[in-house]
Amino acid sequence: MDNELSALGIIFTEFYYWVTVVFMFLIHVGFCMYEVGATRHKNHMHTLMKNTMIIPLVTVTFFLFGWWIYFAFPNGPWIIGPLLEAPWAVPYSEVMAVHMGAGDLNGWERINGVFWAAFLLFSWTAASIVSGAVIERIKTSGFLILAIAIGSFFWIIDAAWGWHPDGWMVQKLGYHDAYASGVIHAIAGGFALGVLIPLGARIGKFSSDGTPNNINPRNPWLVTVGLFLIYTGFWGFYVACNIPMWDVQAGDGVFYSATNIYLQPTTLSGITLNFLMSLSGGLMAAYVVSKGDAFWTYSGGLAGVIAASAGNDLYHPIQAMLIAAAVVPVIYKMHYWVERKFKIDDAVGAVAVHGYAGFIGVVVAGFMLWGYPSSPNPDYAMINPLGNFIGAIIMFGVLGFLPGFVIASILKKFDMLRIPPEIEIMGLDISAVTTDIHDEQAIIDAERAFVNKL
Amino acid sequence: MSTGNIETWAGEIAEIGPAYPFVGTEVFLVIACVIFVLWFLVKQSRIESAGIADELRQHGGKESLAKLVDQEDPKNP
Repeated sequence: MDNELSALGIIFTEFYYWVTVVFMFLIHVGFCMYEVGATRHKNHMHTLMKNTMIIPLVTVTFFLFGWWIYFAFPNGPWIIGPLLEAPWAVPYSEVMAVHMGAGDLNGWERINGVFWAAFLLFSWTAASIVSGAVIERIKTSGFLILAIAIGSFFWIIDAAWGWHPDGWMVQKLGYHDAYASGVIHAIAGGFALGVLIPLGARIGKFSSDGTPNNINPRNPWLVTVGLFLIYTGFWGFYVACNIPMWDVQAGDGVFYSATNIYLQPTTLSGITLNFLMSLSGGLMAAYVVSKGDAFWTYSGGLAGVIAASAGNDLYHPIQAMLIAAAVVPVIYKMHYWVERKFKIDDAVGAVAVHGYAGFIGVVVAGFMLWGYPSSPNPDYAMINPLGNFIGAIIMFGVLGFLPGFVIASILKKFDMLRIPPEIEIMGLDISAVTTDIHDEQAIIDAERAFVNKL
Repeated sequence: MSTGNIETWAGEIAEIGPAYPFVGTEVFLVIACVIFVLWFLVKQSRIESAGIADELRQHGGKESLAKLVDQEDPKNP
């Protein structure tokens, strides 16, 4: 901050991330509306509270250890090197608070908090993806432990490995996932699938002969507005994945550009084209494959963006659209195949929309961007199909499905996972409903007594 | 008496570091934060368990459940 140009750069970057955080808040608003809209009336308040409490718990735990993991774990640790020092990211650091910059901090005192918040909003998203899949039968206490695990621990490990300029997956595998097809969506979808197996299906989801029954959204308008808000927040998500101003010129020259998280140049213009074109490809394909079903058309738009996100820093917009259009029918079919075959009750299709689309998106990027550098560092591996395929398995399977399954199974063992079937039948809001009825009746009785006195 | 390190904004701003009160207590603040989160998780779990037990006691009988199921309407789910 010692001259006007550096001050402008730092304060612009600080403001840029702050704006992304505000936009990304809409993702959570959208998820809350979407989930409540997809829930039966008897479970509305419980569903809303379950998702809302992600916000404080993941925020505080991400403050305590999530942010430190991102900077300390790029080597594994002990996969290619040791745990790294990250004194600015520990919760007791002076720059995890208001700091005017004394010392040689190069503006980090102004970027640390907003950068932390941008990552934190990804954390909420990861937990919220899982939240939708498990509605109407999970205990809030068990879910909150799962939310902390995916939101403040496992996703940020995968970010340190594959979404960090020096992550070991970038260095050794050439892993490329610019807008988080794998590092957010595949891992959260995989985690959700891991939880759904021990959690089990809702009563009535499957008939006695195993035929699945649709438990359709109870409020399609709330679902619609929710998904539109998720789209809106996704803009913030995309720009938060960028660094707005960075000197990308190697050697003596200077060339400022926006970059992706790997510090490779891209443009906001380019990613805007790709975001909208992949959204369009997803919407159109989903409309056709679902024969105009509103729920799946909206979800397909989201899945289309997710499928193209891994390479949306470099794709041509029509490539992005075609990838989205090709992947969406696949994930739609996979959702129903897995439902029928394994009796998995994914209430909102989160495993398909996020997990399968994210997984396939990472794999596709490995082919589409084959031979591109994965980093400005010329010593790192180039982007390649095998590297991204292994990366997709790590995201979906190793850091997603496996921990979700293990933690949910442990919670089940201690009776912390699922509500009793009687509560499921009467509805999670039964106390609130009966109290409301009692109170309303008391008001009516009072009114009647008043009228009778006239 | 001052809780912070800042006595004036008229000096060299670039020499100011942390601006929050009680600098030096960060580790204690983190411990308090951990205790608060753990307290919440335990408390929330107890509230939920008590609520479930209460609901089962009040409405969990076969008759109550049958009545609730009878009230469900497939035309207006």
